[in-house]
Amino acid sequence: MVAVTRKVPRAADPHGENMASLESIISVRGINKIYPGQVHALKDVDLDFSAGALTSLLGPSGCGKTTLLKIIAGLLEPSTGDVLVKGRKVTGPGPERAFVFQDFALMPWATVLRNVGFGLELRGVAEAKRHETARRYIEQVGLAGFEDKYPHELSGGMRQRVGLARALAVDADVLLLDEPFSAVDEQTRRKFQEDLLRLREVERKTFIFVTHSIEEAVYLSDRIVLLSRRPGRVSQVITPQIDRSGSPDEIRRDRAYLDTVEEIWQGLRHFVD
Amino acid sequence: MTLFGYRVPMMSSLILWCLIWEIVGRLELVLLFPPFSGVLAALVELVQSPKFLAATWTTLTTFCIGMALAIVCGIALGVLMGRVKAAENLLGMWVNVFASAPLSALVPVLMILFGMGAKTIVVSVFLFAIWIIALDTQAGVKHITPSLIDMARSFGAGRRDVYAKIILWAALPEILAGIRLGFIRGVKGVVIGQLLVSIIGYGELFELYSRSFLMEEFWALTIVLFAFALLVAELVGMLEKRIEYYAGVRQ
Repeated sequence: MVAVTRKVPRAADPHGENMASLESIISVRGINKIYPGQVHALKDVDLDFSAGALTSLLGPSGCGKTTLLKIIAGLLEPSTGDVLVKGRKVTGPGPERAFVFQDFALMPWATVLRNVGFGLELRGVAEAKRHETARRYIEQVGLAGFEDKYPHELSGGMRQRVGLARALAVDADVLLLDEPFSAVDEQTRRKFQEDLLRLREVERKTFIFVTHSIEEAVYLSDRIVLLSRRPGRVSQVITPQIDRSGSPDEIRRDRAYLDTVEEIWQGLRHFVD
Repeated sequence: MTLFGYRVPMMSSLILWCLIWEIVGRLELVLLFPPFSGVLAALVELVQSPKFLAATWTTLTTFCIGMALAIVCGIALGVLMGRVKAAENLLGMWVNVFASAPLSALVPVLMILFGMGAKTIVVSVFLFAIWIIALDTQAGVKHITPSLIDMARSFGAGRRDVYAKIILWAALPEILAGIRLGFIRGVKGVVIGQLLVSIIGYGELFELYSRSFLMEEFWALTIVLFAFALLVAELVGMLEKRIEYYAGVRQ
């Protein structure tokens, strides 16, 4: 296991909350996941996720990154090991974590407004209150005016915005995103990534982000966890130091950005052959 | 519809058949077929007779009670089989057997068990309708995208919410298709049940008319029943169309 950890603070930390970002909000301790049929999906995974940071889980397909995310979410049980959220052991889903799904997981029979407010509805928030909150987040993800549309009337990118707004609306501390942009086209994807960076400035939340795109991981993350092929284990942890104060195009041409992409590709290359 | 390049109005095939019937009836070839105009006259008279109204009332109440029970139990059974593997293994075969079996053969047994009255009719409607509702519900429940259930759970839904807010709704298109087919089978159940019991409802009337060769009344009653079956199927079909929009797009 090679750990490439550079102890340099994030260059573009706009709030200067480095102290806060050192504090770990989620700890993953000795996680193993063996599926029936002796499929060893995850092996001895130990990770800490700092509050307010965006961490990407990156790896080849089938490396168990989605499995790890679902274990953190409490949707799957690990075979051995624990997940601690703010020091408390996870036994199932909880209000401090919200999930964004790869296939959006919207209710086709419900309007955008009800879909976004669904997390609040399950918590028993009164209708007027949850509609108010839902409208606010619908506006924040840029879908104002679409409140009364149904999911099938929206494009793929817009549907994922609904999924994102739903996760934001419950005001969880941690957002878990499972390849959220993999089902949308490339242009939408780039726009989405830029929006997510902007969103991070507004919403001080912890993000755990699963992706198979190296560029996406480097563009967005404070920290990238590389998982090896099955059985998935942590093979490398990279902390890109990228100045995100510039425009999206400047970031994508940034020396550090390109170098990090290359470094990760070299690290992952031998998994592909 | 066009035929040999001419536009043919929609109801013309129906009118043509009525004409043929009328001609055959007028020729007095077969005792079974009185002229169609006579049947229509009998129909008008029939629907006003107190006997018919009483029979209609009996038929409707037994049909509705039987269907209501079949819908409730069928959906419950289907959800159970769709969600619990053991239930599927245990019950699946029997439900399939009953869904395709000629259940008319069971009605005489039902008469012994439940007597020669309304109870037997309710049970035969129930037995005719429930299986297809259960099978379609099961198919709908198994069809649900797993991430939708994960989604509800991740936002804190308990078991009850998952069923009431996700599973039943996601399976609704299939459930309604099952109910529509169940209604059609239920109509068969009520008619076959009454014919075999033959002392209540339309069964009594049918028995009376066919035994005394009152063919005009016999056909009039048949037309009423066919129309009723068609109307019921159409009504559920309309309801189905209203929610069809999400059946095709939920993937």
